[in-house]
Amino acid sequence: MLEYDGVGITAMAAAVPHTIINNYEYTDYFPAEQVKEVVDKVGIYERRFADADTCSSDLCFAAAEKLLTDNSIDRSEIDLLVFISQTPDYRMPATSILLQHRLGLPQSCVALDINLGCAAFCYGLSVVYGMMQGGGIRKALLLDGETRSKVYSPKDRRSAFIFGDAGVAALIERDTKFGHSWFSLNSDGSRGDLIMIPGGGYRHPSSIETLKERVIDEYGNIRSDEQGYMRGGDVFNFVIREIPRDIKKTLEYAEKSKDDMDYIVFHQANNYINSYIAKKMKLDVERIPSTIAKYGNTSSVSVPLTIISELRDKLDGNKTLLLSAFGVGMCWATGIVSFADCKISEIVEV
Amino acid sequence: MELKDFINRIVEQLEIENAKGLNGNTHFRELEEWSSLSVMELIALYDDEFDKQIGDVDIKKCSTIDDLYKLATE
Repeated sequence: MLEYDGVGITAMAAAVPHTIINNYEYTDYFPAEQVKEVVDKVGIYERRFADADTCSSDLCFAAAEKLLTDNSIDRSEIDLLVFISQTPDYRMPATSILLQHRLGLPQSCVALDINLGCAAFCYGLSVVYGMMQGGGIRKALLLDGETRSKVYSPKDRRSAFIFGDAGVAALIERDTKFGHSWFSLNSDGSRGDLIMIPGGGYRHPSSIETLKERVIDEYGNIRSDEQGYMRGGDVFNFVIREIPRDIKKTLEYAEKSKDDMDYIVFHQANNYINSYIAKKMKLDVERIPSTIAKYGNTSSVSVPLTIISELRDKLDGNKTLLLSAFGVGMCWATGIVSFADCKISEIVEV
Repeated sequence: MELKDFINRIVEQLEIENAKGLNGNTHFRELEEWSSLSVMELIALYDDEFDKQIGDVDIKKCSTIDDLYKLATE
């Protein structure tokens, strides 16, 4: 368990692609009736798709520019930039370093990437909070972006209707107005094959074979080894067991109860999973904001995007949020995060 | 839980419209309502009703409702 004091998010902004995908009409490869059934079950009606020229970094750049401008931030005071993504610009260099230059940040700025999936926002916060505790960093920018629409096959009905694209920026500062924050960060590499893109790395380098589309199951789903797959049932089984346990453990450690949380923000995986966890843990659904219907699953971006989209006018004064996320790795995280007068910009379209 | 009650829970969980004639020998993958998402709904049923952790692989081995029933009760 990781615990921090006197550090928190002072401002947030988000950018989403302007192209809206209506999931009911996403019928190029499957009959409309089948599509409707899946869409209704997962509760994802719209998603945003980045065009071919737009990367995660471009969405984060737009979000960061909005944040820096709206809050008149002196860029020379940003001493740390962390970029979370599994859809970076290049295999090298790290996208964070390119963003340091694009955003006009000083060369003395520490810049690094975190290559983690759906649970990564809590990891990012924890890394930044930890680095800031020492006092040598004045302001930090945590950028989190994904273009998951480019990762999955539109011909695999198990993932075709789920994922969307977005980027967020969060400004993190030290201030005594922030109370304690706690993070539980967990890993289980034995389940590394539950969600995976097997081809295109150095274990199975890109080749004609890895790029070849093939039928992969009895349902006739089609993908290549360079597109992502998800063993949905096993992921669900894992999540409904581990997530309630981790939330309970973190609350106990922090000596808080679920009723002390002003809001509970879950990773927006799909509506079925989130409703099931809420029911199982007897959580107050009024305190659980959701963006799954309009943005889909944007991987690690979904937690901060939901805060920005749904809690924009609700974070005045001191608030405590419980953040819970899980996904590829497997890795999963719970955060109890102190908010104080967080300034949230309007979402921009790119 | 008796097999007939288990079948009723399956009918509810998978939202099966025509439950007539459903029995232990029914091949569940041939039901009109069966889809790839049904696996998730079955896993929820095992967790919720039987406190059992059942994964994709376990369900893959089943073909009839009786097989699913055994997963819950054995």
